[in-house]
Amino acid sequence: MNYQPVIGLEVHVQLLTNTKIFCGCPTTFGSEPNSQSCPVCLGLPGALPVLNKKVVEYAIRAGLATGCAISPRSLFARKNYFYPDLPKGYQISQLELPICIGGHLDIEVDDQVKRIGITRIHMEEDAGKLVHADISGLGEGSGVDLNRACTPLLEIVSEPDLRSADEAVAYLKKLHQIVVYLGITDGNMEEGSFRCDANVSVMLKGAAAFGTRAEIKNVNSFKFVKQAIEYEIERQIDLIEEGGKVVQETRLFNPDSGVTRSMRSKEEAHDYRYFPDPDLVPLVISNDWVEDIRLTLPELPEARRARYTVELGLSLQDAEVLTSNRELADYFEGCLGHGSQPKGAANWIMGEVTRGLNDRGLEITACPVTPKLLADLLALIEKGTISVKIAKTVFDEIWQSGKGAAEIVEEKGLVQVSDSGAIEKIVDEIIAANQGQVEEFRGGKEKVLGFFVGQIMKASKGKANPALVNEILLKKLKGEG
Amino acid sequence: MELFDLTLHELSEKLRRRELSSVEATGAMLARIEATDKNVNAFITVTPEQALRDADAADRRIATGEGEPLTGIPIALKDIFLTQGVRTTCASRILENFIPPYSATAWEKLKERGMVLLGKLNQDEFAMGSSSESSAFGVTRNPWDLECIPGGSSGGSAAAIAARQATATLGTDTGGSIRQPASHCGCVGLKPTYGRVSRYGVIAYASSLDQVGPVTRDVRDCALMLGAVAGHDPKDSTSVDLPVPDYAAALEGGVKGLKIGLPKEYFIEGLDPDVRRCMDEAVATYLSLGAEIVELSLPHTDYAVACYYLIATAEASSNLARYDGVRFGHRNRDAKGLMEMYCKSREEGFGAEVKRRIMLGTYALSSGYYDAYYLKAQKVRTLIRRDFLKAFEKVDLILAPVAPTPAFRIGEKVNDPLQMYLSDIFTIPVNLAGTCGISVPAGFSSGGLPIGLQLVGRPFGEESILRAAYAFEQATEWHKRKAQI
Repeated sequence: MNYQPVIGLEVHVQLLTNTKIFCGCPTTFGSEPNSQSCPVCLGLPGALPVLNKKVVEYAIRAGLATGCAISPRSLFARKNYFYPDLPKGYQISQLELPICIGGHLDIEVDDQVKRIGITRIHMEEDAGKLVHADISGLGEGSGVDLNRACTPLLEIVSEPDLRSADEAVAYLKKLHQIVVYLGITDGNMEEGSFRCDANVSVMLKGAAAFGTRAEIKNVNSFKFVKQAIEYEIERQIDLIEEGGKVVQETRLFNPDSGVTRSMRSKEEAHDYRYFPDPDLVPLVISNDWVEDIRLTLPELPEARRARYTVELGLSLQDAEVLTSNRELADYFEGCLGHGSQPKGAANWIMGEVTRGLNDRGLEITACPVTPKLLADLLALIEKGTISVKIAKTVFDEIWQSGKGAAEIVEEKGLVQVSDSGAIEKIVDEIIAANQGQVEEFRGGKEKVLGFFVGQIMKASKGKANPALVNEILLKKLKGEG
Repeated sequence: MELFDLTLHELSEKLRRRELSSVEATGAMLARIEATDKNVNAFITVTPEQALRDADAADRRIATGEGEPLTGIPIALKDIFLTQGVRTTCASRILENFIPPYSATAWEKLKERGMVLLGKLNQDEFAMGSSSESSAFGVTRNPWDLECIPGGSSGGSAAAIAARQATATLGTDTGGSIRQPASHCGCVGLKPTYGRVSRYGVIAYASSLDQVGPVTRDVRDCALMLGAVAGHDPKDSTSVDLPVPDYAAALEGGVKGLKIGLPKEYFIEGLDPDVRRCMDEAVATYLSLGAEIVELSLPHTDYAVACYYLIATAEASSNLARYDGVRFGHRNRDAKGLMEMYCKSREEGFGAEVKRRIMLGTYALSSGYYDAYYLKAQKVRTLIRRDFLKAFEKVDLILAPVAPTPAFRIGEKVNDPLQMYLSDIFTIPVNLAGTCGISVPAGFSSGGLPIGLQLVGRPFGEESILRAAYAFEQATEWHKRKAQI
């Protein structure tokens, strides 16, 4: 391919604050239409915005986590346009002096680390929602639900540093992981808490200047982002190959057909008439506050992953799985806090715990086997009190009853048999009853060893210490005992 | 002397001594409105039932000894203040039937003190104008001469005081909208420093300039009203968290040794001779009271009107976008689509001057023009503010005319917006500088129309201009004359 795609992303992140950005209304999703509104978010005459401090704190968190500089003085601006879901006829956003500038994110594509620049992060309010439906009492028509109006958003704008749809997706996934880790958003893409506009252009490889870009609006899944960008790259290349020209425009992606179509051209583009909002004073942020927030930042996935491999000796793959979300990593560290060995805990979490969660469609935070309960179980294995096999049964029992491992082991008499006399007795019985197999073994067919172990474990109801069983059995079969 | 002739502080005395009840005083005002407002048209809405109910409640409060100096005083508000349950139109068709679900902070504060609301006052539509002629509810007439305008935009607030229809009123001042009508109607009107009074619940015209202030019969009343509405409001981010002084207590003390500046740019050729005479006499009065008079320069004065008409209209074009017929206010019901609904609703709802300013402001903010107009105007605004701050290094306050002429005749300037805009030439710079100014009666024209004197103070220097205004008032008789109506 002679063409080089160039991609920049604008990501909107809905913040997880209890109240809206400029008023005290709650931000709960899915409430009765217009039940979460007041003069401010309804845009009534005379109403004035008052900035929610939590939103600023969250924006600073996002900025610090992505290596941005935090502006000591930042401004809110009005973006003017008419639409029924925009109650004031303008959106309060930031243009000049956004809160965060000049950060970056490192992504990995094909085992290569690539640094993607972040131009800026700014705060803004969301619009409401139009409902086209049969509205009770009014008949067929369009209604306006302003519950979402004035909910806080961050817009995170990347540099045009991405060169493929895969890079774009890697960037988005990384960014998504970070903002969720920071606890500033629920990251729910279906509900629109994390959505993205993509600026896509293509140029001949080695060209000095970027091509004309098209902006694809509001793509809200990783899969659609990949599809939309790939389609758009192809469309632009085909257009150029046929002697046409890419025009600057806004396009919409249709997930059903997988194509983008023109929404409005540059000529039809709004003139938003941005100007500083006179209702809000310049936002002054002290360095002390920024440093206080920096201290409360959680360890981010990258740092955690490095620590797991270097300090805890986990494999890179295991470390990646465990740090893929903050709660899972917290769970893992909870087990370590209760004395578990890293490797054992990692295996159990990625194995039994994950399986249990997946079977029931649960999140790790809802796991009935708490880190403490799991750590106690793992301790019994390490001490040799129970076998791994028995431990799995005990694990299921803990999940069901919430009881401690020791209690279950005690109740059900599952303590591992490590008394060599008792095991010897069972081995003797099994050998006596299976002389044919003994002959085969002695004839050189060592595979029958597994048969004997199985029979012995069965006879001991799984409680016999497998290491002792092996040792004693071999001795007896070889006629040494 | 009639009941309705009492100043606020006189009425307050009588109420506290129980010589008079609030119901009686309120009744007298309502009767006065009934008798005079056919001619004056100061009110858009009168609320007699509620007023008498509130007056009765105030009387009971006074009887229990819990009354305050303002309890039971009947007042009226410019129709730009949201009053919960009472129609608020901003003198516009687009809000003709708008009944607000909440109240402005300024009104909340007065209501808490037990003040009684007589009704809502006429004004220029959305406070855009200098004559109250742009109201959708008919022009307000000047009680001193019914053929003349009362000034604007708070024309109703001043006319109601001159006609003795209310004991005190509140107005708003974006470019002179309190001081100019106060001057034209012979009342006291004060524009506080930007941030002194909450704008919450006040319909926005130009957010960075709008400020709430009282229009009253004398300076003491003005101090009492200002003290009641001033102060920080957590609902208005631009309101300033500074303690509110006891303005009435600050009135005494005189002007001996006070340095008063006369800006040469305000005493220009073409200043009406009657206005000039009143200013000269005022200067003589201050000299006789022991003040020192200093000539000074505010060099960027010439650019103030142009600067104002870019910033104010730019902000207005955005502030008035919410009147789209979607959630409240007038909506054209025949429109076929969304765009048509917007266009027709706004076309029918807004008057000519409002449309003119929305267009001006939209233009000033448009891509390609923003730097040349809006941004440039902001820079000029900074220079004008600096002019004032520099002047206040040399003088304590500035004395100037409020308006270049006395009240002009109704209709005289409606077709000449530029002439109309120039009537605010001496008041606009104070708003741009964000500082405070007061208008006090300082004489009459040969035709018998009142002429006001403007005193401009340092930011948050309300005490100082009130004190100087009070000294002047005590030394003159102008405030005692009453419009014959």
